[in-house]
Amino acid sequence: MLSTPLVVAACFAYLLLLFGVAYWADWRARQGRSVIGNAWVYALSMAVYCTAWTYFGSVGRAASSGVWFLPIYLGPTLAMVLAWMVLRKMVRIAHSYRITSIADFIASRHGKSRLLAGLVTVITVIGIVPYMALQLKAVASGYHVLAGPPGGGAVTAVAWWRDSTLYVALALAGFTMVFGTRHLDTTERHEGMVAAIALEAAVKLLAFVAVGIFVTWGLFAGPGDLFARAQAVPELERLLRLDQGQGFAYEQWFALTLLSMLSVLFLPRQFQVMVVENVDERHIRRASWAFPLYLLLINLFVLPIALGGLLQPGSTTAQAETFVLSLPLAAGHHTLALFAFVGGLSAATGMVIVEAIAVSTMVCNDLVMPWLLRTRRFGARSAVDLTGTLLGLRRAAIVGMLLLGYLYFRLAGEAYALVSIGLISFAAVAQFAPAMLGGIYWKGGTRNGALAGLMAGFALWAYTLMLPSIAKSGWLPDDFLLHGPFGIELLKPERLLALGTMDNLTHSLFWSLLVNAGAYLAVSLWRRPSGAEASQALMFVDVFHRARRPAHGVAPALQGSASDPVFWRGRANVEDLLSLAGRFLGRERARRLFEDFARSVGADRVDRIPADAQLVQFVETHLAGAIGSVSARAMVGAVVEEEPLGLDDVMRILEETSQLRAYSQALEEKSRSLEQATAELRAANLQLKSLDRLKDDFMSSVTHELRTPLTSIRALAELMRDDPAMDDAQRGKFVEIVVAETERLSRLVNQVLDMAKIESGHGEWHSTDVDLRELVTQAVQTTVEMIRERGAEVFVDMPAQLATLRADKDRLMQVLLNLLSNAAKFVPREGGRIDVRMRASATGVTVEVQDNGPGVPEHQRSLIFEKFRRGGDATDRPTGTGLGLPISRRIVEHFGGSLWLRAEPGQGACFGFDLPWNAGAAGGESRVD
Amino acid sequence: MFDSLTAQRLLALFAAGWLLFDYPLLGLWDRDGTLLGVPVFPLALFAVWGLLIVALALLAEGSGRD
Repeated sequence: MLSTPLVVAACFAYLLLLFGVAYWADWRARQGRSVIGNAWVYALSMAVYCTAWTYFGSVGRAASSGVWFLPIYLGPTLAMVLAWMVLRKMVRIAHSYRITSIADFIASRHGKSRLLAGLVTVITVIGIVPYMALQLKAVASGYHVLAGPPGGGAVTAVAWWRDSTLYVALALAGFTMVFGTRHLDTTERHEGMVAAIALEAAVKLLAFVAVGIFVTWGLFAGPGDLFARAQAVPELERLLRLDQGQGFAYEQWFALTLLSMLSVLFLPRQFQVMVVENVDERHIRRASWAFPLYLLLINLFVLPIALGGLLQPGSTTAQAETFVLSLPLAAGHHTLALFAFVGGLSAATGMVIVEAIAVSTMVCNDLVMPWLLRTRRFGARSAVDLTGTLLGLRRAAIVGMLLLGYLYFRLAGEAYALVSIGLISFAAVAQFAPAMLGGIYWKGGTRNGALAGLMAGFALWAYTLMLPSIAKSGWLPDDFLLHGPFGIELLKPERLLALGTMDNLTHSLFWSLLVNAGAYLAVSLWRRPSGAEASQALMFVDVFHRARRPAHGVAPALQGSASDPVFWRGRANVEDLLSLAGRFLGRERARRLFEDFARSVGADRVDRIPADAQLVQFVETHLAGAIGSVSARAMVGAVVEEEPLGLDDVMRILEETSQLRAYSQALEEKSRSLEQATAELRAANLQLKSLDRLKDDFMSSVTHELRTPLTSIRALAELMRDDPAMDDAQRGKFVEIVVAETERLSRLVNQVLDMAKIESGHGEWHSTDVDLRELVTQAVQTTVEMIRERGAEVFVDMPAQLATLRADKDRLMQVLLNLLSNAAKFVPREGGRIDVRMRASATGVTVEVQDNGPGVPEHQRSLIFEKFRRGGDATDRPTGTGLGLPISRRIVEHFGGSLWLRAEPGQGACFGFDLPWNAGAAGGESRVD
Repeated sequence: MFDSLTAQRLLALFAAGWLLFDYPLLGLWDRDGTLLGVPVFPLALFAVWGLLIVALALLAEGSGRD
């Protein structure tokens, strides 16, 4: 029992805090440092789904029927799995065409029908009223528990002017007006409201979890103790089971899951926070799992609180809805009880604020405005500035909504549990599903189809769910419930056509959705869609193909390219359109918008803007943000001369645009391939240049190499010619040298030719099955004599067996001989040692030839594989052409292998090569003669 | 829009979730006994729910932008 002033003061302090947060967020937004541009805030704001129903009602539901409180949260979880596809599409459509409410969405999709917008609004208002009443009831009974006399009478038992609930309703209305209608915005974004809602989400979660922890660990010794004691009581044990002793109503479970799945997408407040207030599509990624996680967390302690409450002596199931407050209160924890109440207040106010703003926008834009604009005083040709009227209308709508909610609360509030009231509203908004989902995925839906579907669905909802709820509260004779109207049993509202044994909710949902979807399909298919319907269908269904992701703050129309189709034809006047926009957006804002548009189309002044279809669409889209697409269409239609578009015109415009797009795509493609070709040519040119330089280097190296032996041959020959008296021994020695030098010359020329052949790809390759063991043995035998002359020894280490590989035997022999003779050249004069090792692996064979000579100095390691580079210093350089290693490397590479040098300081040089098993196949250019 | 791999994975997850939370798989957990002091049935419901959220989080945060 808390004192009334304390509770009231706490509530007002909390609301004031909320308002402060909202004001701060609005201020930050004006500074360009938005606080809601954050995926976490977006996810938290979605938690406006959890209202007083969740906060108080779930515990009540759990106390009476166990896990049955869960489907209402499992459905949204499943819906969020698909959010990345479905919700993102809704967001893209709404942002592209400046749609600010569900009514606008459905009406805009089906040919911008005024009738349809009005119908959706009426359904929403009637459907949402019970839900508003639920919040009022929850706050009122919570307050009653906290501050009312113990064991006092029912909440509604006082006269209406003394009823605190009425004042709660009025306070909430005032608060909502301050939040939502302080100024007019064409995008209907309310940054401050979203920030406050996110804070409320955090508060209600914390408060509920705090109570849960208190019950589980404060009143009991943890979950084990709590559940053990509950299971000892047969009535409570039953709550922890699936079927609770009777058959499990799977169809009802299914219906609740489906219902909540649709509600989370189509409740006006969810549409407001998820679609209209969305800042960035990418936030949907994070929110799609963070929001279900929130739902899980807030439901974690529902069962413990319900069971803990029922285990208290003297408590009944009927009191369960206020266990969250009464349990801490009974235990003397007044602060916790007050915190819990503030949490409940958060849940209720969050819902009321967002719902009222969303519905008031709808009432104003889709119900009142279209009617108002037809009157002479406010009509298209009038010059009255309407921005003030718009705000006034919305404020009146907010007060109206809350008073209606209060009325329902007075009428039917006592007869129903919170959850049942909420489900009536859920079933009403579920009626939007066929027109919404059909509208964004099916191009065939028409205005008449949507009208027929919605009317049929709504009628059945009212007859099978709403009417019985009023009758059961005693305001209507319940005769027709029991025996059917006029005694016709087949028309009993809760058992139409005497079909099945469904509970009343499942029954109502089944019939209303069946008839709704059926009528939508059937009537849509009846007639070909009109031009307006077809063009809107294309814009909605193909939104991902046409509209690009709109950047925040940039008008979609400014981003559109010439290849986006504009379904409009006629004559317009810039001056008329400007003054029209000024009436609804304010003169100053309209002028700025037009200046931006002028810049985007390349006109230097506003009056130079070409008054074409693009401008008309630009103005219409912006007006749609302020007064709804239906009214915007009517207004623009009144100030421009337009030609009506038929279905054929729409198709032709579409075809022209898609042709235009195809042309521009082809052009882009061509220029891309041209660029690519240029780059390739440039690369080829570079390569040619470097090859040319290499060739020059090669030529100069070759001539240099040829000159050395030639010089010595010539010098010796001249000596012999000029000195006829030279003795024979001397002459013989000279001739020997000449012959040796000539041999070196021809070897050089042969190798150069060989190299040239291999490099040009004209080398001759004779691939056969080669036994590498045999080849190595042969190569060692050939060179062993030369090696022995240099005082060195050869050691061979080979596997005992080796598969053959396909390669050119002579060429491989050439490589082996080259490596062996190289090694022989560098071994020391005494104690020289050459190791030949062969290893086989799964992929190929490795052969290495290691000597114990000086090794290859670091700076030469990469050079020795180049042509005419020889190892060793210039002074003690052994003889050789400098082509051996390059040729060997080419040969090995030809067979898909690699030739390498492994040098460890002080260990001599180790040259080796790897050959893959399928070596022959790698030699793509081999010619078998 | 339903063509990308992410979208198909999400659809599969949706189907799995729907199956797990409905007839007849829901009855799978309706058993006697407790785990860590908590009756099996509610515990299993929350556990499956939690796993679904974890899978969704991995899919939503992990997959590449499409």
